[in-house]
Formats: sequence, structure tokens, C-alpha cells
Amino acid sequence: MKQKFYMKSLGDSALLVYFGEEISRTIHGKVQALFKLLQDRPFKGFKEGVPAYTNLCVYYDPLLVAELSNEEMPDIIVRNYISTLIEHMEITQQQGRIVEIPVIYGGEYGPDLAEVAAYNHLTEAEVIRRHSESDVLVYMLGFAPGFAFMGGMDESIAMPRRDVPRAKIPAGSVGIAGKQTGIYPFETPGGWNIIGRTTTPLFLPDENPPSLLRAGDRIRFVPITNDREDS
Amino acid sequence: MAMEIIKPGLQTTVQDLGRFGLQQYGVIVSGAMDENSYRIANLLLQQNNTAVLEFTLIGPAIHFTEPTVIVLTGADFSPVLNDKEIPMWRPVAVQAGDQLNLGAAKRGARGYLAVQDGLQIPPVLNSASTYLRAGLGGYEGRALKKGDILSYKPVENCSLQPGWSVDYTTWTSFEQHTKIRAIKGTEIEQFDANSIEQFTTTTYTVTKDADRMGYRLESTDTELTRKEKVDILSEAVTFGTVQVPPNGQPIILMADRQTTGGYPKIAQVATVDLPKLAQMQPNQTLQFVWISLEQAQQLMIEREKLLKKIEISIGLKMKEEAR
Repeated sequence: MKQKFYMKSLGDSALLVYFGEEISRTIHGKVQALFKLLQDRPFKGFKEGVPAYTNLCVYYDPLLVAELSNEEMPDIIVRNYISTLIEHMEITQQQGRIVEIPVIYGGEYGPDLAEVAAYNHLTEAEVIRRHSESDVLVYMLGFAPGFAFMGGMDESIAMPRRDVPRAKIPAGSVGIAGKQTGIYPFETPGGWNIIGRTTTPLFLPDENPPSLLRAGDRIRFVPITNDREDS
Repeated sequence: MAMEIIKPGLQTTVQDLGRFGLQQYGVIVSGAMDENSYRIANLLLQQNNTAVLEFTLIGPAIHFTEPTVIVLTGADFSPVLNDKEIPMWRPVAVQAGDQLNLGAAKRGARGYLAVQDGLQIPPVLNSASTYLRAGLGGYEGRALKKGDILSYKPVENCSLQPGWSVDYTTWTSFEQHTKIRAIKGTEIEQFDANSIEQFTTTTYTVTKDADRMGYRLESTDTELTRKEKVDILSEAVTFGTVQVPPNGQPIILMADRQTTGGYPKIAQVATVDLPKLAQMQPNQTLQFVWISLEQAQQLMIEREKLLKKIEISIGLKMKEEAR
């Protein structure tokens, strides 16, 4: 099938390949398919790829790419290569891995659970149920090592960011910002509504890959009680 | 033991070319801010991509307990070895017991100290570079402190005393006001015509919010505005990306940038001009100049040819020295 796409150069050493404008599973599938194809069939000078919601960033070394042609500039060579790859791209609706993330909801670990419940006219137990009932999809990682941008949370528990961000949010905090949910891999300042915490480390500097989560993963939050966590 | 930090300087970290291949997991690239100075320091020791020290504005004082050969490049920190001034941009033999004192940067902002065969720093995720915010890599993931000890392979009986240096003027510039060449950014069409024009006519000041992560620029006359406020989804950003937050004052992303960002990108600094930026101090000024993507890539190809030439001449000079 012929895919619609367009490209924009991110300077002299990277190219952004777009498949659309909005957050959707279809566009995500295309970004992932191109990334996989590129990893299987890299061109000389390809350095790395970074998938995002609507595009794949293709980093390359223009000096190595330049060796491929005497006539064309590296940017053109890479654009031509990517266009050809996309012509041969097949989208298989491949389901990603399911990763379970145990979460202790509420209490000292989820100081904003009550507010999220009140904001949405729900009980705390109902917020927990809706947050953990359906899987969310990891669209991309960024912002910090191991931080996943997830989509597909039940919108009935959405809540805008806090007006005043907290100076310190502990590592492992699970939060809601608008229609998004996410987990902080490190202690950082932040404005998300914190509803729980996980002890599962997200950034794994001694492992390859160094991140628990990858783009394409489906996350299943598993509510656990504090007692079980201690035992 | 090998080298002991007597005074740490303002921000001295271990760096190499950076941590590549893991940006898809949110892992920041880091690496030397001034790639030219970094690479030439290594070329002068006939090696590649070793772990070196990068220091900022105020340099460290270092006591050597093993002999080696060092090279200093980048900004001029008035290096003194045992009370005697030593030249930069050339190999200098150092004996056990020597002490190197670096002062404040006279010109430029960042200096590099390379040693023969590199500092022995265990790589984390394929790189020795320090990423301060995550406490990753380098020496315990942090800037150096007094008393830290870094090892290297000793070089015995080195009597090297070359009488030549690499001409730094080709590789770094230490001007008060710098022209920075840039390529049009991926969201430039979102800005109004007036802002696009002002982007290259404005003299921007580098604010004191200028670190390894990024430089905040400021102009009292210019506020870059977009035609309409459309949300931008987070996507990849890179070294030299010029993004514009809602206050209309641009930020240039540097070596410790995050892997992704959500502000509109008005420009992308040409790779060959990143070392110039790396050497700018707060309160210095810059003006952007548009060049085409083709020109930017051509400049990279030319720079590489020049580096190759220097590598060859260093090789020839070193053969002469060895005679």
C-alpha cells in the first residue's frame, strides 16, 4: 500500500519523516514499521533513529553518506533512500510486548488520587480501577532516560496539570497530566497529578537496552496493596 | 594513582564524543561541547575518541603522579606547569610530581585536557561522557571534586619537546560578537514574517542560563511570535536546535540536551558552528545568519578534509620528533 509521508531536515545531520499530524495508533504503526525496516536495512552512515508520535527522526553522519555519491548531497541521498524504504514498507498490525507495572495507588505514594477522583466525580477506587483496567500504549521515549510517553488512558480520569508544579516528585511516581499518564524514572520537579508509585526501575543503565519500556509496548498497571509490597 | 585533582575548577567533567544509539530510550547524548578542540586534542596524541577532561570558565589544578604526555586545547586558561607557562595545542611531556595550574578562561569558555591513551574511565552505555543530571558516566556521574583521582597508562621516558602547535584560529573563535550560521528550522513557517526577519537582524545576548544543556538567548527588542498557537507534539531535537518557548526568546540546545522537545524549532545551527557556540561566555552576543542545508553539509565535508590534513601533518611531525 502506498503510504502518505513527508520529510523535513532537522539540520545537516538528521531527517524527520512524518506520517501524519496527530496521535493515533495507525500513525504510530507506520513510524514503528519504518524504524524496524531501517534497522534491518540501514544505509551507510545511519547513526540512530528516534521515534516520536507522528515521525521518525533519522540521525546520520553526512561524511559517511557523502561517500555514497559524488553528485548528490547527503540530505538528498538519505531522502531518496528513505522514500524507497517506505515504498517497500509493509504495515503488520503487530502487537507490542505487554509490560506489567505494579503500582501502589493513593496514600503517601499517590497524594493527588483524591483530587483526581473529586475532579472526575468518582471514588478513589473507581479511579484506580479505570487507570489499571485498560492497557496504555508507549508511543515514544524522551524527556529523560527511560521516560515513556503513553497514550490511550481512560479519558474519564483525565485531569489538567497542577497549577503549581511540585519541586520534587519521587522516582517511580505514576501521574496523570491531561489525557496522558506516565511514570517518572527519576526524582524531578513536575506538574503531574500523582496517583501512585511503582518500585519497578524504568532506567536500567547496566542493561541493553537501558530502558524497561520501548516504543510499541503496552503497559498494564497492576494495583497492589502496600502490605504485599513489603512482604 | 595517576592524576589528583587539587582544585576542581568551576565545572570539570569527563567527556568523549558522546553516547550514541540510545536516544530512542531517552538517553541523552552528552559529549564534548567543542568537538573541534576535543578532536584536535586527541589527534595531537595520535588517538581517537578517548576520555578527556572538559573544564568551564575556571580550570582545575592537577597533580600528576605518573609521567604522561598531555595536550590542552579549547579556551585559553593560561596553563602553568610547575610555575612555567606551557603552550596549548601541542603535546607536552609531564613528569611524576608535576603540577598543572589552570586559571580563569581569558578567551572562550571551555578547555580540554587530553592524556596519552586517554583517561581510564569505565564506559557506561558505550561512552565515558558525564551526564550530570542523571549522574551517569564519567567520574561517578558528577563534576570533579578536590581529591578525586583519575588514572591513565603512564608513559615512561618521554622527552618530547615539539616546537610547533596546531593553529587554533582555524578551529575556534573567541570573539565578543559571533555570527552563527543556521539552517531554517522544521517549524519556521509557523512564525510570522516579522519574527522570521527579526531572527537574523537581532543581536542576541547569551544569558547566564547557558550551560551544557542549552543556552537561553535574550533580546529586549525582539519577541519571536507565531501566527497561531498550535500545539506541537514532542519529537526529536538535537545539538544546535533553536527552539522558541512562549516567551519568544530562543533557546539553543547543546550537548546535554534532552532527546525530545515540544517547542517550535525556528532554526538549526550548522554543525560546523557548534564549537564557536560552545566557546561563548554569558553576556557575549551573537547574530544568526541563514545558510542552506547544502552549504552546511559542504562545510562539514571541508572541515573533515582539513582535520585529515592536520592528522597527516601531525603524524609527519611526530616521526621527525622521534628521529
